[in-house]
Amino acid sequence: MAEFALPRHSKIVKGIDYPYKGDTKNFRKVNVYRWSPDDDENPRIDSYTIDLDDCGPMVLDALIKIKQEIDSSLTFRRSCREGICGSCSMNIDGTNTLACLKSIEDVKGEINIYPLPHMDVVKDLVPDLTKAYAQLTSVKPWLQTDTKPEKGKSRKQSPKEREQIDGLWECVLCFSCTTSCPSYWWNGDKYLGPAVLLQAYRWIADSRDENTNERLDDLEDSFKLYRCHTIMNCTKTCPKGLNPAKAIGEIKKLQLERK
Amino acid sequence: MNNSTDQNLIKVKDMKKLKIHGVGHWKLQRISAIAMIPLVIWFTTSLMLALMNGYEQSIEWLQSPFNATGLILLFGTLYFHAASGLQVVIEDYVHHEGLKIVSLILIKLIATVLGVLSILCVLKIYL
Repeated sequence: MAEFALPRHSKIVKGIDYPYKGDTKNFRKVNVYRWSPDDDENPRIDSYTIDLDDCGPMVLDALIKIKQEIDSSLTFRRSCREGICGSCSMNIDGTNTLACLKSIEDVKGEINIYPLPHMDVVKDLVPDLTKAYAQLTSVKPWLQTDTKPEKGKSRKQSPKEREQIDGLWECVLCFSCTTSCPSYWWNGDKYLGPAVLLQAYRWIADSRDENTNERLDDLEDSFKLYRCHTIMNCTKTCPKGLNPAKAIGEIKKLQLERK
Repeated sequence: MNNSTDQNLIKVKDMKKLKIHGVGHWKLQRISAIAMIPLVIWFTTSLMLALMNGYEQSIEWLQSPFNATGLILLFGTLYFHAASGLQVVIEDYVHHEGLKIVSLILIKLIATVLGVLSILCVLKIYL
């Protein structure tokens, strides 16, 4: 049955408010969710006020500045700082996005930063994505073929066939969409979620893949696929501007045509 | 982290055992929704017209074979659509397996009873 009360450790308390140490008037307060598995404390919101004249333009720059100059214990994932690796996905200003693609200027007032919603937290802004990765592996996100390509040549694909996977291959697997989906919040153990379904469709739509039917068979399940109720949070939140809801719609359409 | 990706993968793959087919239910839910658009428009407008003309006229309206057929189709679709919609809501939010099964059966039972009852009422007036 539905749980009405949150577990004791879900209550977020007020944390440390680090005073402003800069000397310009161009400053901004950044509120960050903090939780550590090493003590028995509740999660807390720490506040850091930073000098924007001495900071890069993106929210990730602000986080790096905080970690380097104010609090080295702040924990978050990051790597490429240009929206390709998908590591720094988090909830900024109420929306799941990549910290490296979110401009500080676009946030009005204080910047509130939380980990991706409804996932277990490893530490601070680092969510536990092992289940999501397992779901991704389950749709076999690689080229599956029975035939062999011409000797010494790669598999051919016309420009038109190649167009079919535009808007799909660009996904960086940050799971911003999956963790924004209420259906995934309630049934994340059975529903695959938008990111994984978009990947599944990326291989279904690929003209070189020869396992389309098996892929569709695997997805023909009232929970894996049909928990999508076209809420569209996934498309709204995608930091890469992709449309997972449309990809899921295409899978549903193919299931209908097969029936 | 308690679970490695491998252990999680086994759990995800294990779902195949409980595979429930989805496209049939999804399709019927949409077909019944589309069918109800003309049925509900017809029902509300023509019943309102009949009711405005008083009791005798309303009974007469129900005694036309076309109107009775339309009503039976409407009730059948309506209860089917309501039951399949509620089924999705329960599957979404009720996570206790026992409670889930009981409520799913109850909903189908209630919808069937109400559907049969409504159709019988139409038939009683028609015949």
